[in-house]
Amino acid sequence: MGNPIVFGILAIIAIASALGMLLSRNAVHSALFLVLNFSTIAVLYLILNAPFIAMVQITVYAGAIMVLFLFVIMLLGAEQLRGVRGDWRGSERWQQLLAGVLTVTLLIVFAVVLFQGGGATGSGVTAVDTSPSALGLRLFEAYLLPFELTGVLLLAAMIGVVVLNKTKKRG
Amino acid sequence: MTPGQLALRSLIVGFIITFAVITGFAYTTLLERKLLARLQGRIGPNRAGYIPVPTRSGKPRRFLGGIMQPAADAVKLFFKEDITPAKVDRWVYTLAPMLAVIPAILILAVIPWAGEITILGQTFSPYFAIAPGVNVGIVFVLAITSIGVYGVVLAGWASNSKYAVLGGIRASAQMISYELALGLTVLVPIMLADSMDLGEIVAAQKGVIDWFVFRQPLAAIIFWIGALAELQRAPFDLLEAEQELSAGYTVEYAGMRFGMFFMAEYMKMIALSAITATLFFGGYRGPFVDQVPALGFLYIGLKTFIGLCIMIWIRATLPRFRYDQLMAFGWKRMLPISVLNFVVVGIFIVLQEEGILQPLFENTLRFLGIG
Repeated sequence: MGNPIVFGILAIIAIASALGMLLSRNAVHSALFLVLNFSTIAVLYLILNAPFIAMVQITVYAGAIMVLFLFVIMLLGAEQLRGVRGDWRGSERWQQLLAGVLTVTLLIVFAVVLFQGGGATGSGVTAVDTSPSALGLRLFEAYLLPFELTGVLLLAAMIGVVVLNKTKKRG
Repeated sequence: MTPGQLALRSLIVGFIITFAVITGFAYTTLLERKLLARLQGRIGPNRAGYIPVPTRSGKPRRFLGGIMQPAADAVKLFFKEDITPAKVDRWVYTLAPMLAVIPAILILAVIPWAGEITILGQTFSPYFAIAPGVNVGIVFVLAITSIGVYGVVLAGWASNSKYAVLGGIRASAQMISYELALGLTVLVPIMLADSMDLGEIVAAQKGVIDWFVFRQPLAAIIFWIGALAELQRAPFDLLEAEQELSAGYTVEYAGMRFGMFFMAEYMKMIALSAITATLFFGGYRGPFVDQVPALGFLYIGLKTFIGLCIMIWIRATLPRFRYDQLMAFGWKRMLPISVLNFVVVGIFIVLQEEGILQPLFENTLRFLGIG
């Protein structure tokens, strides 16, 4: 585990950017706060001695996925939400209930982890070999089935998109 | 050395390399203007500064006319009025030029500029770079180039102008399309060198004959095309197409903020030229580099310079893609070819490691009646 001061600063930035993402009225500003949040998480991976995961986090999330988000927002011209009030009172009742249940569940999980001391000491964190080759071997030996299942899931989603977008040829 | 000393040394090396590349950026603009002019049968900028060479007739000959042009450009850009248009998104408008320049500087961190070398009593091992020995060096380059597009996209959006937004949308679509092919092609040098460390990739290319460009010319070509697309240079410069978008995302910017987009573009040109040299052309390696390590700086400098000249040559030669051609080329040509190439290289590496390749090759020759 890295320096607690560094961790504290990063944690504050991560929480602040997450709040900024939720509270800003402009969709592009929200997307930018999310990019900052992803980048901060990447630095957290770095101080946990996992450089490959940190770089992949930036490439995939902060890079590719958020650029795609921005592309869609700009293409649709959907920066401002119209017809919806900007605060929580504008949301539906079931949405508020669901958000409340999810928050409570997450807090319970945090509390269990914190008080049971499962990951809090971080004693087992630095001992793991995090080089790219070690990571690849683990992925293809210990976690082969989940890895393949994820691949199949993504492929199915991709085929679904192609099928849905396929226009029928006339004549 | 303690981690603190290492960090301090990296900081000093970083300052020196960054300033060297910023100077390089200034003179790359001059190189581009001069070379483009020559390729089009013009002279190019030749008024700002010269070196007088005495001749017998008494009137000195003006040698290297235009040598001070970058300085003149910089002075002009700094003293121009910096206008912020009324209806821009002020925060994002200010942030965009910085988001363009910072990734361009960050890429420089992992490029090896020379082998193991001793300068002023400091031994740089295993190679000379701002951050040597990063075991995910090439993934770092991909990560930084992938966030490099934000500057352009946000400049386009924040300007609140139709032309600029179109430029930004084109930039983001192009980036997503060509990043895939680029990422898959980078895997080939990684597999050949068995490492993601840029220094080890260079070390795997000992002599000229081992350069990865000779073992994998297809990967080198795809990487070069992908790099040009990531740089948004001709023929992939649709986002700043003068004829359609009147320079696209930069249209609402003035003064040095406008200059910063150019700074980012040219610094990325230098960085990606150096990375191409590192991945496929032996990096800092060359004749006698093991005896005199300082030659490494010269070799990678020379290779980067040749790369820059080829980029400018391509710009002068090829017309711009049409938008549908750009997308079709990226998704229907570049991506399948790079996937196939990557799979074939993988199969051959496994065959070689299992010791099957050599007998297979000999038997095929015998079957054909050659061996």
